[in-house]
This record gives sequence, structure tokens and C-alpha cells, in this order.
Amino acid sequence: MDLKKTFDQALWVFHLNTGSCNGCDIEIVAALTPRYDVERFGIKLVGSPRHADVLLMTGPVTRAMAPRVKRVYNQTPDPKVVLVIGNCGTTTGVFYESYNILGPIDHFLKQIDPDVKIVYVPGCPPRPEAIIDAVAKAWLVLEELRGDNK
Amino acid sequence: MNEEIIKLGFALIYGIATILAVIFLGLLYKGIDRKLAARFQSRVGPPIRQPFRDVSKLFMKETITPENSVSWIFHSMPLIAFATALLIILYLPIGPFAPILGEYGDLILIVYLLAIPSLAIAVGGFSSGSPVATIGAQREMVLMMSYEFPLAIVVLSLAWLANINATGNAFALGTFTANPVWEMVGIVGAMGLVLLLASIFVVLTSELSKLPFDIPEAETELAGGVFAEYSGRDMAMFYLADAVKSFAMVTLVVALFFPYNLSPWIISQFGVELPAIMGIPIAAYVIDLLFFLFKVFIIMFFAVTFVRVSLARLKIDKASYIYLVPTTIIAIMGMVFIYMGSAL
Repeated sequence: MDLKKTFDQALWVFHLNTGSCNGCDIEIVAALTPRYDVERFGIKLVGSPRHADVLLMTGPVTRAMAPRVKRVYNQTPDPKVVLVIGNCGTTTGVFYESYNILGPIDHFLKQIDPDVKIVYVPGCPPRPEAIIDAVAKAWLVLEELRGDNK
Repeated sequence: MNEEIIKLGFALIYGIATILAVIFLGLLYKGIDRKLAARFQSRVGPPIRQPFRDVSKLFMKETITPENSVSWIFHSMPLIAFATALLIILYLPIGPFAPILGEYGDLILIVYLLAIPSLAIAVGGFSSGSPVATIGAQREMVLMMSYEFPLAIVVLSLAWLANINATGNAFALGTFTANPVWEMVGIVGAMGLVLLLASIFVVLTSELSKLPFDIPEAETELAGGVFAEYSGRDMAMFYLADAVKSFAMVTLVVALFFPYNLSPWIISQFGVELPAIMGIPIAAYVIDLLFFLFKVFIIMFFAVTFVRVSLARLKIDKASYIYLVPTTIIAIMGMVFIYMGSAL
């Protein structure tokens, strides 16, 4: 894939709640406020997955959300990175082996796309600094895609 | 024959240079706007070159054709929007430089051309086959029908003024550059011009679909609205069209209301000869161009950035009302004042 350096300086993020308790979502909103100001890194929250480069996903995948998660993932144009935010998304957390969930996000996404690029942000909820740091990690993943760091 | 070819070649190079410069300037002003908006909210804000990064990133992304879309309309509309936005700029004087297509079109043509990018966006929204994009496109059309009326009143009032006070074609932009509108009117007419300027400022915000009139592409409630299904190259085209159209629209306001150049004033005030190379007054051109960019910046700041950070998004019926009633009344009052100033 032909990616240039400018790509990771203009990441547009789309936020999808896959069944979270809203705690991580509040922290994402906090990361977008003037106090943390992610726009200075070129990060912008967009309203449609068609515009997104990074998908912010929070929470374990519930049965009701599963088809939507699949649809939103497929609607996002390549190249894309998924950011799994919070303990529930990375490991299912307190909802471990619940009857109503299909498991952590990475398990679910690997069934759709085996080559999915995922960055994990554990925490319940993670701090906004951690989320901003994770977007920086997403840059590293994109750099791997570019073949610089190999 | 040979001379004609040289002339044509010169015009071609001039046109391409103008287009490239305007794309650059449009993106630059977008970056300045974002930086200033961030400073208003006491943020650091993105670097001024951020729009360039956004565009180059969008060109690297995959371009998706949605399943339900009418694909040839869907993919041609971004190109049409971008091409017409560039076409407008070729009819407008940029500072000291006369428009390259100035002889072939007038104000009426520019007003029609300004409508085409919005129309292309609406048609693209309808053709993308997504319900949110369709709602966005409907809102774009409603908004367009609302703001075209005050815009037409402003343009026609100025053309009427030029028709009775200046020689030459009243609809040609060259007439306005040669005779600034403020010199054609008395004190009553000047009041009318201020009212017309106020109403064109309100129209400007909506024409550029910026807050509080960005209802067609409302991110939070319509998921990007008309652009909801656009990605990659198509989205980049719309992004560039928006940047170029912003510059073109502000240039139109400058050309109509503030066509002054700085260099004649400097020469008359200080009595200095500005250096020229081979008969071309380079220094005067540079000064006038910088002064023009400054005027564009001032208008962009007050009509876009300042309004954008101060106000929240309006409902579509409210926005339509603002154009159809108060703005239209202000524009008609301006027209009446100009008529009184000229007739009495």
C-alpha cells in the first residue's frame, strides 16, 4: 500500500459504541474538548464512517450491535485502524461470558477481516491522555503498513 | 496567426497559474480559519498547513461506491462542483490582475455559477442512495432557494447603480473595478450600500455552508449530511471545491464593494516611483496583491470565523426564515436607499 507521511497527520476518527456503559464514550468526548485539543494533531471527529481513518470502538460486542459493527467496519474506506477503548472492548471485562455478548471486539473483527489492525487502550475508563496516546500508536501501526518500521 | 497562438498560450499559462494559486490560497485561508477558531476557544489548534494534509490524505484513501447509489452521477458531481468553483475564479479580478475570462461573462453568470457547486452537492447527495444524504440534499436545496433571493437583490441593486452612474456594461465586473460603488453614491446611498453589504455577509455564511448555516452537512445530527457517503477522492474534490468557492465568494464581495488598490494611493501620497521591470510594475502588483489578500482575510474573518465560533447551528426552518424575511427586507431597504440617493 502506498502511504505517505502526511497520512498519519490527518487522522479522522469515527466513534462507535458497540455496547459500552458510556463511560469510555464520555472520556472520548473529554479528549475532544479544548482542554486536550486533539485537533492540534490533525485529529477530527467525523459523523460518517465513510470519512474515517480510525474507528474508535468502545464496549463488548453485544448481540444487537454485532451486525452494525460489521456494517460500519465494512463501510470504512481502506486504509483503516481500529482503536479498542476500555477494558470491556479488549477483554469483555466485567461482562465476561455473559449470555448477551459475542466476545471482545478483536475476536469479532478478526472473523470479518483477518488482517484487521487493532490498537488496544485498556482502562475502565481510560484517561483522555491514554486515548490520545493510542491514536499516536495508531500512527505506528500505519507506519508498519507503510513498511517504514520493518 | 502567430500572434494569436502566443496570446492563447499566454492566456492558458495565466489561467493554469491562477487556478493553482487559488487552490493554494483557498486551502491556506481554510487553515488560517481553523487556527483562529481554535484560538477563539483557547486551544492550540491545528497547524495552518492542516488542510493540505487533509486533502493529500483523502487522495490516498479508498474511494467507495455505495451499493444503492447511481454511480456515474455520484462520481461526477464532485468533479462538477470543483470545476465550476475553479471556473468562477477565472471571471473574478484577483487584486491587480484582471480576470482572464472577464470579457466573456458578467455578474449574472457569476451568480449562476455560484449556484452550481451547491446544486452539484445536492444532486450528489440525492444520488448516493442514503437517507441521511437525501435529507441533507433537501436541506441544501431549501437553503439555496432561501439565500438566492437576497443575493440577487444585492447584485441587481449594484448593477442598477452602475448603470445610471458609470459608463460601460453595468453587469461587467470591470465597471465596478473602474468605478468603486462608494464613489457613485451620496450619504443616503452609502447607507443603502452598508445595508446591502450586511445582507451579502449573511448570504456569504450560508453560501459557504459554515456555521450557523451548515445545516445540510450537520455532523452531529445528519452524520455528514450530503457528504455522508462520499469518501476518498470524491470527498477530496468536495473539500477543494469548498476551499476554492470560499475564496471565490469572498473575492466577489471584494470586487463589488472594495475594489480599491493600494499602489495608486502610495504613488500619489509619497510621490515615489515604484520599480518596474520591462514596463511591468512588479512592485505595484506585489503591493496590490498583498493588500487584496489582506482584504480577503478581513472579510473571511468577520463573515466566517467570527460567526462560526459565536453561534450554534440553526434549525432549517429558522435559517430559511432568516433569509426569506429579515435578510430580504434589509436588502430591499438597501435597494430603496440607493434609489432615493440617486433619484433625489
